[in-house]
Amino acid sequence: MGSKQEIEQKQRRKKQFAEMGIAISLLIVLSVLLPAVLPAFQLRLAGRFFALAIVALGLDLIWGYTGLLSLGHGIFFALGGYALAMHLKLQLPEGQLPEFFTLYGVKELPLFWQPFHSFPVTLLAIFAIPGIVAGLLGYLVFRNRIKGVYFSILTQAALLVFFNLFNGQQELINGTNGLKTDTETIFGVLVSSDDAQKAFYVITIILLGLIYYLCRWLTSGRFGRLLVAIRDDETRVRFSGYDPTGYKVLVFAISGAIAGIAGALYTAQTGIITPSFMEVPFSIEMVIWVAVGGRATLIGAIIGTLLVQLARTFLSGNFPEVWLFFQGALFLIVVTVLPDGIVGWVKNQGWKDVFAWFGYRPRVQTYPSLEQDLEVIKEKQDILGE
Amino acid sequence: MSALLEGLFSGISIGSVLLIASLGLAIVFGLMGVINLAHGELMMLGAYTTYVIQNIFKPLGEPWFDFYIIVALPAAFIVAAIAGLILEKGVIRFLYGRPLETLLATWGVSLILRQCVRSVNWLLVISVGVFCLLFFGGRVLVSRRLDWEKIKNAVTAILLPVSTAIAALAGILMGSVPALSKAWFSARNVDVTSPKWLSGGVKVLEFQMPYARLFIIGLTAICLLAVYLFLNQSNWGLRIRAVTQNREMSACLGIPTAKVDALTFALGSGLAGVAGCAVSLLGSVGPNTGQNYIVDTFMVVVVGGVGNLLGSVIAAFGIGTLNYLIGSGVFAFIFSESDAFKPLVDILLFFATSSMAKVMVFALIISFLQIKPAGLFPPKGRTAEL
Repeated sequence: MGSKQEIEQKQRRKKQFAEMGIAISLLIVLSVLLPAVLPAFQLRLAGRFFALAIVALGLDLIWGYTGLLSLGHGIFFALGGYALAMHLKLQLPEGQLPEFFTLYGVKELPLFWQPFHSFPVTLLAIFAIPGIVAGLLGYLVFRNRIKGVYFSILTQAALLVFFNLFNGQQELINGTNGLKTDTETIFGVLVSSDDAQKAFYVITIILLGLIYYLCRWLTSGRFGRLLVAIRDDETRVRFSGYDPTGYKVLVFAISGAIAGIAGALYTAQTGIITPSFMEVPFSIEMVIWVAVGGRATLIGAIIGTLLVQLARTFLSGNFPEVWLFFQGALFLIVVTVLPDGIVGWVKNQGWKDVFAWFGYRPRVQTYPSLEQDLEVIKEKQDILGE
Repeated sequence: MSALLEGLFSGISIGSVLLIASLGLAIVFGLMGVINLAHGELMMLGAYTTYVIQNIFKPLGEPWFDFYIIVALPAAFIVAAIAGLILEKGVIRFLYGRPLETLLATWGVSLILRQCVRSVNWLLVISVGVFCLLFFGGRVLVSRRLDWEKIKNAVTAILLPVSTAIAALAGILMGSVPALSKAWFSARNVDVTSPKWLSGGVKVLEFQMPYARLFIIGLTAICLLAVYLFLNQSNWGLRIRAVTQNREMSACLGIPTAKVDALTFALGSGLAGVAGCAVSLLGSVGPNTGQNYIVDTFMVVVVGGVGNLLGSVIAAFGIGTLNYLIGSGVFAFIFSESDAFKPLVDILLFFATSSMAKVMVFALIISFLQIKPAGLFPPKGRTAEL
């Protein structure tokens, strides 16, 4: 028996090594080779896609694994973006205010802008503020065992509320116009310059890798199994002596924090943050990235995001009318035909089903051990009377 | 006195628009547990139907034009109900018991409908017609074969791309005819002229009550009464209520549950159409009209509780009145007479715009759900859930 375990362990180690190798080589290709090859504009686009893939990871954590469909991730995304943008806006000589304040006759910097003078505080705020907001919202909702579609609707309503809040406050946060980051400087470098953008791209790739491993670590152990249990039968989890509320709040807060990080990276590479990031369609679109790639597979979330975003860039550039039709059809297909997404389809060997439709059924598996079993052979012979 | 009257009237009139918009939703969500995110788009279909009917009546001249609304109401009901029926038969039927998937699928449908209204022209209609003829016609033809069940999937897999390709080809070939490729509505908003007897208003104590608003209040009352009578007095209403309470038992007793589902959904959709007709009297309608209502109407249903019309009525008027009172600063005005309430007045003034009022109302809804998580009138039953 010992040898068997050893072999298994060896195989597992081999698999881990292979995965590690693939991950590291991917990381090198993406962070070193691509910036060298791609022109600046395309690199910026790619960086944005990878930033969005980070949100998809966070969304997969709560939807794919825990079964909570959030339609309000735009809130956390935008909060992270605003945190970074506010810091960039304050890169001014002492005593000066960002220019939009003068338009509305604001003489003094509002109190909640003050902490964003410091860079470390901003870094903290980028993931802490969205995380805390998500945790608070989650606590208020999950405490009452509100779940399923009610949760989705409430997150959507919260999204609309935050949109109104940011959209209406011209004097505090520049309302509809948003905060432009392209013309600001970070560490003395213009944000929109090629060097800064390249740095943001590399940071995005590294963070994507780190967050991927964080999500994997979260979903692989006991915590991950508990999340899946909450998704599949929350009542039974409760009866087994666990309190799902705490776990749900925690995972929702983590997911919000991840969305905040993604929002900051996306803002830096888009050049502007406006309340339109908190519009309803954008947040539902995030869901489709996860669904296309495959729920409850982390790599699927990344693949789905990249594919849908590529399709979006191509279609809305060439056939703007088709994009909404395509997106709508994507929702319908993912729900009815491809519930496990692309990764799930490949994993379940879905092409075998397609072959089966045309009459090429896979051979029925046999059990060699049974055919070689002496007792079974003898029984067969007895029955056949040989 | 006049201010109070105005507040009351405005609250009731906003509430009645909310109520008529959420009536259909309450039926579909409350009775079937289906989240229909395309509800707003069904309203939009109703509004566009009104626009078309108005254009038909315009050349008929003065005495006839005044009564187009009487034709438009049933027409809007029928168009939206048919659209809802197709939606139910085509998509939602397969997704019962999977509310989150239904939510995503209906969002996909709503995207398609929105783009449809923007770009519908004869070309699109012909292409879709060709596709339906080839695809469904082909299926019907082949389905006469005895081995239909065996080859069903293969036939679908072949027919789908072939008929799509032929339809697309037909569309491209006819694309050179300018008369066919002219969009019917275009992406811009369209205006519905209300008939003469609905413009103007009645004056009560130096305060103007517009006839259009009064008309909507009356229409809401009639719809509410009709739905109440239908659900409580008719045979089909009895069946619908039976299926709501216990689907399996109803099926065992011979109630055609599939038919009941289709009927319920068509009824809810038809009511959305009527709501769209009513909304078109208040302002211009466009492809995104439905989006303005969807979150508010869901809030009404969530606060009102599932499967109870009275709850929806109270919730709609409550939310409508609160929204108006906070948004117009009436509360702030009431408290401003005494200096003791100064901080309160400041807070209320901060929320005294229509968008900030929504923020306040949402906060109130969340705190209300802390006390009554299942809404005003929760469904009774003995389950571990909720």
